[in-house]
Amino acid sequence: MSRMGRQTFIYDNPPVIAAHRSVAGRKEGEGPLADWFDAILEDDLLGQKSWELAESEMVRRTARDTLDAAGLSAGSVDALLGGDLNNQIIATSFAAKKLGMPFIGLYGACSTFVEALALGAALISAGNLDSALCCASSHFCTAERQFRFPLELGTQRPPQASWTATACGCALLRSGGEGIRITSGTLGRVIDLNISDANHMGAAMAPAVFDTLAAHMEDTRRTADDYDLIVTGDLGWIGRDLLMELCHGAGLTMPEDKLVDCGASLYYREQDAHAGGSGCGCVASVSCAWIMKRIENGELNRVLLSGSGAMLSPTSSQQGQTIPGIAYAVALERG
Amino acid sequence: MSRQPYTAARYRQLVADVTPSSRMLRGYVRAFWVGGAICTLGQFISLWAEKLNLGEITNPMFTTSVLIFLGTTLTGLGVYDRIGKYAGAGSAIPVTGFANSVAAPAIEFQREGAVTGVGARLFTLAGPVLAYGIASSVLVGVIYWIVRGWLL
Amino acid sequence: MPFIRAFVVGGLICCVGQALIMNTKLTNARILVIFVVSGVLLTAVGLYKPLVDFAGAGATVPLTGFGYSLAMGAIEGVNRYGLIGAFVGGVTRTAAGITAAVVFGLINALLFKPHMKT
Repeated sequence: MSRMGRQTFIYDNPPVIAAHRSVAGRKEGEGPLADWFDAILEDDLLGQKSWELAESEMVRRTARDTLDAAGLSAGSVDALLGGDLNNQIIATSFAAKKLGMPFIGLYGACSTFVEALALGAALISAGNLDSALCCASSHFCTAERQFRFPLELGTQRPPQASWTATACGCALLRSGGEGIRITSGTLGRVIDLNISDANHMGAAMAPAVFDTLAAHMEDTRRTADDYDLIVTGDLGWIGRDLLMELCHGAGLTMPEDKLVDCGASLYYREQDAHAGGSGCGCVASVSCAWIMKRIENGELNRVLLSGSGAMLSPTSSQQGQTIPGIAYAVALERG
Repeated sequence: MSRQPYTAARYRQLVADVTPSSRMLRGYVRAFWVGGAICTLGQFISLWAEKLNLGEITNPMFTTSVLIFLGTTLTGLGVYDRIGKYAGAGSAIPVTGFANSVAAPAIEFQREGAVTGVGARLFTLAGPVLAYGIASSVLVGVIYWIVRGWLL
Repeated sequence: MPFIRAFVVGGLICCVGQALIMNTKLTNARILVIFVVSGVLLTAVGLYKPLVDFAGAGATVPLTGFGYSLAMGAIEGVNRYGLIGAFVGGVTRTAAGITAAVVFGLINALLFKPHMKT
């Protein structure tokens, strides 16, 4: 395994995405990407007793579907890497309990899925693992009651607020075979430009996304021209505009039509999601559904996928701290 | 090492420029008519209380209790959060909004149990209102007691 | 017409709250606290009582009215019982409202399940 620059892994033995699955909630299933998702939930409670168990069941089902698609059993995959937004990532760890696989729990807030891909690819490229299942999930109801208000409280959201997606995405990485190759991965630094509005995740994360994209380009000596698409996680409509401004201000070339944000693509404007979708499941499900399928059908050849997270907690918010952001990126190439 | 093109101060300005503001006029109109309507309903209930021969002290108590009953019930039926999304302060500021702030966490945290869930969370939002409302009223009472002592 | 007065005054008080929601970063809980404490203080300096006399439920139904009841209760309590009345009066006058919120809140938790927001 080699490294380029300060933050980027070059995978000498690029792992392939052997299978991927996406599950979306009802609201997400009524959005513009409805036809791309592998499954849409009919019941956001999934027949469970609590929203947390429902999210966990969603993770388990998505993982199970991904294994089935690859024709593998849980016992034959080396590790599960993933996380969610719940305290102590209970949705993913409870699903890991049922799957019985060796587990690497990750917390990168909404960047978790891309963090899992970057790390899973590194472990496979280095020969430590032969296969790894990377997943991330979020559920509107678990996130809302943990980070904001009880669902029944009559409050108004400001226009910059995002809507936590009920969704899960899961990708199975293997050391060989057919599929999309993960060729490089860039780690992020935690960046904080003193945004304290916990409703304004896009503004808090955009500088971190810019930092990681700039690091990736600098480390690999590439530009936006080397990619068919540059995908960001859940900046939303406003955060995407901010990222464009940051790129422009730094002289980093970023063609308007090449920058796609998962959060800004998940809902129609009329769906009242305000600034767009967010949550670990947003970038996970949208990239597993929309992005990876478009690479596989030949529409796209090389994509830079980034995911960004706002590293706040209710405690840090209440104590008046500003919101640090982080972003990871991986390069996906048609096999 | 810093590659950020913006300082925190300049970035804050950029964020303020790019972020759309709330639709002000619409917000006020909705808050005004819904808030006004809830108060008018209160006026009707107190008229009803007069017919029931309730006194000057018990009439407002009755009116408040009926409004709180409506607020909690609409919360349980999943209606009050929709009114709140539409009306903002128009449904948060009347006492029905106080009822909503008590009932909402009580329903939401059922699964954490009757004591640590419902019982403890009941006051997550209403607790500060009671704490500072009661404390400031005691302060007013004490000051009144001192001032009255001087005057007499 | 008492109903129109209640409608207009109640609506205007809510608009003050709406101004706080849209123009500040104050959380809901803070706005409610500000309203109750403002009601207590305005009553103490004698400004809120005339508004209640004019608008009836338009002034008593918003949370400032809850503050009004607390402050009036504390003052009456002092008149009746002396200093200890400051501790008795406020909650006595608002007891029905507080108790209704607790009891109906608990009943709600027994009867209803959390809803999904769409």
